[in-house]
Amino acid sequence: MSKAEILIIDDEPQIRKLLQISLESNDYKVVQASSGKEGLMLSANHPPDLILLDIGLPDKSGHAVLKELREWFNRPVIILSVQDNETDIVSSLDNGATDYLTKPFRTGELLARIRSAIRISQNVRNDIIVHCNDLEIDFVSRTVKRNDEVIKLTSTEYNLLSLFAKNEGRVLTHQFILREIWGVGHQTETQYLRVFVATLRKKIEDNPNNPVHIITQSGVGYRFQ
Amino acid sequence: MKSYHTKRIALKNQYLIGTLVITFIALSAHFLLDYTGYRVVALILLLAVSILAMLFDILPVLFTALSSALIWNFFFIPPVFNFHVGTPEDVLMFLMYFVVALINAVLTFKIREIEKKTSDEESKEKTIMLYNTLLNTLSHELRTPISAIIGSIDAIKDKESKISDTNKNELYAEIEIAAFRLNRQVENLLSMGKLEAGILKPNPDWNDMNEVIFSTIKNNKEEAANHTVIFEPDENLPVFKIDRGMVEQILQNLLRNALKHTPRNTIIKIGVENEGEDCLITVSDNGPGFPDKEVNLVFDKFFRLANPRTGGTGLGLSIVKGFTEALGGKVHLENLDKGGAKFTIRIPAEAASTDNYKQ
Repeated sequence: MSKAEILIIDDEPQIRKLLQISLESNDYKVVQASSGKEGLMLSANHPPDLILLDIGLPDKSGHAVLKELREWFNRPVIILSVQDNETDIVSSLDNGATDYLTKPFRTGELLARIRSAIRISQNVRNDIIVHCNDLEIDFVSRTVKRNDEVIKLTSTEYNLLSLFAKNEGRVLTHQFILREIWGVGHQTETQYLRVFVATLRKKIEDNPNNPVHIITQSGVGYRFQ
Repeated sequence: MKSYHTKRIALKNQYLIGTLVITFIALSAHFLLDYTGYRVVALILLLAVSILAMLFDILPVLFTALSSALIWNFFFIPPVFNFHVGTPEDVLMFLMYFVVALINAVLTFKIREIEKKTSDEESKEKTIMLYNTLLNTLSHELRTPISAIIGSIDAIKDKESKISDTNKNELYAEIEIAAFRLNRQVENLLSMGKLEAGILKPNPDWNDMNEVIFSTIKNNKEEAANHTVIFEPDENLPVFKIDRGMVEQILQNLLRNALKHTPRNTIIKIGVENEGEDCLITVSDNGPGFPDKEVNLVFDKFFRLANPRTGGTGLGLSIVKGFTEALGGKVHLENLDKGGAKFTIRIPAEAASTDNYKQ
């Protein structure tokens, strides 16, 4: 397999340099753009496998770049944002960003996000069975096993878990999950979501208060891993 | 300036009170005229004007002085019920009354102005002192990690020195620690900035507090290596509608404060419960507690204990207080009888039992 190509759109040369070094030493090919305009041009000429997009660009807001990109670019876009800006993050996820990272982030985290985003985009999960550490989710028979023991789930709990499993490693916003599971019109009822996540955790986690599978992304949503 | 005026009686009411007082005295004096004589009435009126001068602004006092002089003239100086003054003695009395009342009003006003100026200057000096403390602690808290980073990089880059791999790794670790420390200080400064600017808007959503507390403990595991942090979750705790980010920061600052200022092996206990309409969070320890006279001061911005053994900007606990109050809550600190300190955070929050939703 040839090297996956990643386009970095960020106006800070230091961040671009750092990303370039970490990505190239992990076998990715790196292309850089210092402005939104340049980024759009480069990605149109030669679409990369993934885009890392800084949301705070000087010429054009990252949101605008993301919107334009999403008119034709359907590969993963990971947003780089500063801390404390949950509304920014949620709105970019709702506008089609695949995932996000807040600065300052650790390189290990960046690589994990990139791997999972590329994997999800290349393999539009046709898996019949998903394995995730001690969990096994069988989409055909709609059964979930933990350490080879079948876990009894209500249908809502199962739907929730299978939505998570199909998007393993990727952050899902509260709104997205509510829409997928409960349908349009329930997007504000995060209370349901909390409760179902709590009961689901009691069934699939060793310590439901210190979860390893369903991770809360404060103010944004959940990530399954 | 603002607080100076808001404490005082509204201007409109000052005129009203002045008029009422003078009318009341004039009416009472009218019935006592046979016993006192009309000249004593002037002294009583003068006394009233002097007292009002201590409380009122300059214009209402002048107004009161003028109207009392006219009332005295009109109703009391013979011939009564006109402004005509009978004897030269009474003309002199009337003029003197008028001048004394004015001098009284003006002098009292001047004294108050001077007092205000001094208190303004004092508060200005206090602000300057506060900023000096800020600059001192900040430059220490920011420059220490920056020096650590620059120094470590220099040592690693120095080709002449034969630095061992072990030492190199230690220097890398130093850089890492310093960067996280800088990040924390910036976080605190940004929070303080948001509080000061008043742009902090809570965004409450349903949250599992057991999980919030666990994740905060997890995020501070490295700092807590020499302490024992205990949290026993209550499985029947309802979910709360609360701003998670802000509660996390409150908890984190309380936890870090306890970790930083208590000796090794201290036990830190975190608790959460639903009491009435509130979410109650407690962080207690079995360390030495706070000096009694400083318990009420620790939430002040830039406050540091008189004999601190450790560094810090003095921002952490003031952010705890600011965030708690921004959430409509209250923070309380007490020293425990058996030793140690206990912080109680009470935040009003809608609660929903998880039992109602089980299918």
